[in-house]
Amino acid sequence: MQPAEVRLDGIGKSYGEQWAVRGVNLHIRRGEFFTFLGPSGCGKTTLLRIIAGFVFPDEGTIYLDGQPMDHVPPWRRNVGLVFQNYALWPHMTVFENVAFGLRERKVAPSEIERRVMETLKQVDLQGTENRRPSQLSGGQQQRVAVARTLVIQPRLLLLDEPLSNLDAKLRIDMRIELLKLQRDLGLTTIYVTHDQEEALALSTRIAVMNGGRVVQESTPRQIYEQPANEFVAAFVGQSNLFSGKVLQADPRVIEVRTDDNLVIRAASSASAKLPERGDEVLLSVRPEAMELRAAGSTPTGANQLTGHVAASAYQGSFVEYEIQLAGRALKTYTINPKGRALFQRGQGVVVIFAADDVVIVRSDGE
Amino acid sequence: MAFLLAILIAFILYPILRVLWIALSDETGNLTLIHFLNFFRRPLFREALGNTLVSGLLVVVFSGLISLPLAYIIARYEFRAKILLQTAATLPLVIPPFVGAVALQLILGRSGMVNLLLMRWFDMTIPFMEGLTGVVLVQTLHFFPFILLNTVVSLSNIDPSMEEMAQNMGCHGFRLFRRITLPLMLPGFIAGSLLTFIRTIDDLGTPLMLNYKNLLAPQAYLRITTVGMDDVDGYVVCVVLVVLSLISLLAARKYLGLAEYATVQRSAPVTRRLHGKKLLLVWLLCGAILGVSLLPHIGILLLSFSKVWSFTLLPTAYTLGNFAEILFRAPHFIKNTLLYTLLAAGLDIILGAAIAFLLLRSRLAGRNLLDAIATLPLAIPGVVLAVGYLRVFHGWDFPGLGAPLTSSWVILVVAYTMRRLPYTVRASYAALQQVHVNLEESAQSLGANRLKTFAKVTLPLISGGLVAGGLIGFVTSCVELASTIMLVPRIELGPISYGIYIYMQSPLGRGAGAALGVVAILLVSLGTYLTHRIFGGRAGNAFRI
Repeated sequence: MQPAEVRLDGIGKSYGEQWAVRGVNLHIRRGEFFTFLGPSGCGKTTLLRIIAGFVFPDEGTIYLDGQPMDHVPPWRRNVGLVFQNYALWPHMTVFENVAFGLRERKVAPSEIERRVMETLKQVDLQGTENRRPSQLSGGQQQRVAVARTLVIQPRLLLLDEPLSNLDAKLRIDMRIELLKLQRDLGLTTIYVTHDQEEALALSTRIAVMNGGRVVQESTPRQIYEQPANEFVAAFVGQSNLFSGKVLQADPRVIEVRTDDNLVIRAASSASAKLPERGDEVLLSVRPEAMELRAAGSTPTGANQLTGHVAASAYQGSFVEYEIQLAGRALKTYTINPKGRALFQRGQGVVVIFAADDVVIVRSDGE
Repeated sequence: MAFLLAILIAFILYPILRVLWIALSDETGNLTLIHFLNFFRRPLFREALGNTLVSGLLVVVFSGLISLPLAYIIARYEFRAKILLQTAATLPLVIPPFVGAVALQLILGRSGMVNLLLMRWFDMTIPFMEGLTGVVLVQTLHFFPFILLNTVVSLSNIDPSMEEMAQNMGCHGFRLFRRITLPLMLPGFIAGSLLTFIRTIDDLGTPLMLNYKNLLAPQAYLRITTVGMDDVDGYVVCVVLVVLSLISLLAARKYLGLAEYATVQRSAPVTRRLHGKKLLLVWLLCGAILGVSLLPHIGILLLSFSKVWSFTLLPTAYTLGNFAEILFRAPHFIKNTLLYTLLAAGLDIILGAAIAFLLLRSRLAGRNLLDAIATLPLAIPGVVLAVGYLRVFHGWDFPGLGAPLTSSWVILVVAYTMRRLPYTVRASYAALQQVHVNLEESAQSLGANRLKTFAKVTLPLISGGLVAGGLIGFVTSCVELASTIMLVPRIELGPISYGIYIYMQSPLGRGAGAALGVVAILLVSLGTYLTHRIFGGRAGNAFRI
């Protein structure tokens, strides 16, 4: 079946006084891996359930391949769904679980047998067909859930935090498997998660959600490198945020005096519209963009801040430092320096970062 | 530990083993099966066994038929009259079955309200209450709530994503119910049915009140009380009863195990609103169920205020004399009930908490034995325990009492305590399971010793469960008849249930008996209400064991 395109047109759903989601407009193209990313309670699961048909929106319309879904019940949407807890039926074997959807579609028994076995092979579960779900490991159960959904060849795949019940290492392995599977099948996929790493790794596009609204919709790189607002900058990855007033702005560089009385220079390209002198702005700098030098060295760079190491955490592939400046603390990541010595607690350092690495995430009037 | 084991062995295991031994030994003390062969050779006993199985099965089947649709409606739909339906479902629980039997006689019996009307209009009667039909009718009306509550719990324990997944796969409507919902709730449903089956074969009061003797429980009672303590047949009947109950209990536990593994609660199950024709249908159903389940209550209330009521639709003269009788002339029935049941409930709470604590928090050898013996009373019909007590404690002075235990009211407290012990053990066990060991360990690492930790951390956290367990014990002991009727040493030491039984023996005493019945209903209602307050929406769990 051809993968679907999905259009959400002004979707809103309220529970009592509270809007679970509101004013959501999205267009998900054929073959995309689209992720709803946000903290718990942001409305991402509600949105997924609306697309699956378990929740009917109070406002707006869902279109699957251009058809409005206003009165279409879940069992007529031909949309595949994988639950967070897998929802495998304990009273059926693996085979019966996977065959369920085909039986509902009145597929001939020999065809069912062939397609179930083929799909089980696809997810590397040959030989488990006569077992009960409870006899499988968490990772295997997860793959049964995926197989059960794929076997009906849905036009759209919906995944509700499918990896969150797996342990950390397996989660990363399954992430790659899922990525390859989706790209091979070219199946339009909507993925719900609160894990920003997962979202960045898997998605072609991401909608970051907060308080029932989509706050940024973009590619993973843009979401990470150009967060639209403070929420996205803080929620996706780590950020050092500075609020302050524009000292001067020209087409090359914008100079900002922060509330902690630091002066930071940002590249003018970081802002869509050139701010004016005196505008309130918020700046974001990623920890890995900040480089450390021992105090007393004379580095070059647009931004140089002096301070001392308040804490250092060795993480293997990188070292996380907390640097105490005059008025505030900064977080920095340094790639494992191999043979060279690490900075010690209390040691004086200079933090340097380029104007290009400073992102203006929000300014008044925008 | 040793002390607890000693108590349980003395008052549960040993009396049962004595009964078993008498049934399995000959005069010279050798092991023999001859008594059981005799049992199966006698047509009377074969018939009693058959009747017991058939009536138990019918009660379960009819209750199931009533309960399934009602449970589905309660668990899955939202409508304003739902509270009425839920109330209707608990009403039969507050009226003891033998009281219900009397009330139904007045309404459905040979010269009851309905048959008098049928006679007047159509010149015919329907023998609702004759023989086994009456027993099954009364028991179904009384026991269906157990299955209903159980089924509601089973249904609402089903993870909603199980059904949503099937809908997502293209399955809906009745097909969804048949392929997913029913198989998932079936283990819980079967377990509930088996537990109800145990209660029906344990029920001595209903057949006695309806004067239908050919069931196992009344046979055991009659053998021991009329033929005598040394009649072996009585003991054999007891053992057959225990075996039936035990098999059902073990099967129920197995199914409950299955049910638990099938249900991982994720979120509140989805309920839908009802509209239009469906709503009307549900309203009619609620009305019908409420009406029928209220019949016994109405009957007993009328009877308690009646001076004369025979061969007429309604009482011909009303009086408050019946209540004067039981409140002022013979107040000991109520006093005794309160004394015995509150004492028993208190003892149950202490024993239950101690046993649950040992089971969950200690590594002592013998824990499993303790658990097994503490659960055993669920499978011991009241008649059998009473027979065991009479056998063991009769004829020798109990230390500290100066008389045989069986000639003191203490024996009733002991019987109630032991019979309801499983409830408090289960309730405390469940409550204690919720208390993570880390909570206690934190207190200990902060300097509190074991006793202080228990008193300041554990006890406050499990007190709700303890009280709820005790309340269930109190409620069920209030209306216990099977062992009461055999163990009451003298009439003035009898509790309410015994009083009702005695009063009901004579036509003149029926009014007073009914008044006592009303008091019993009030006591049980109060206890049930408090249990609901504590357990909240999970009240159904209390009846699951």
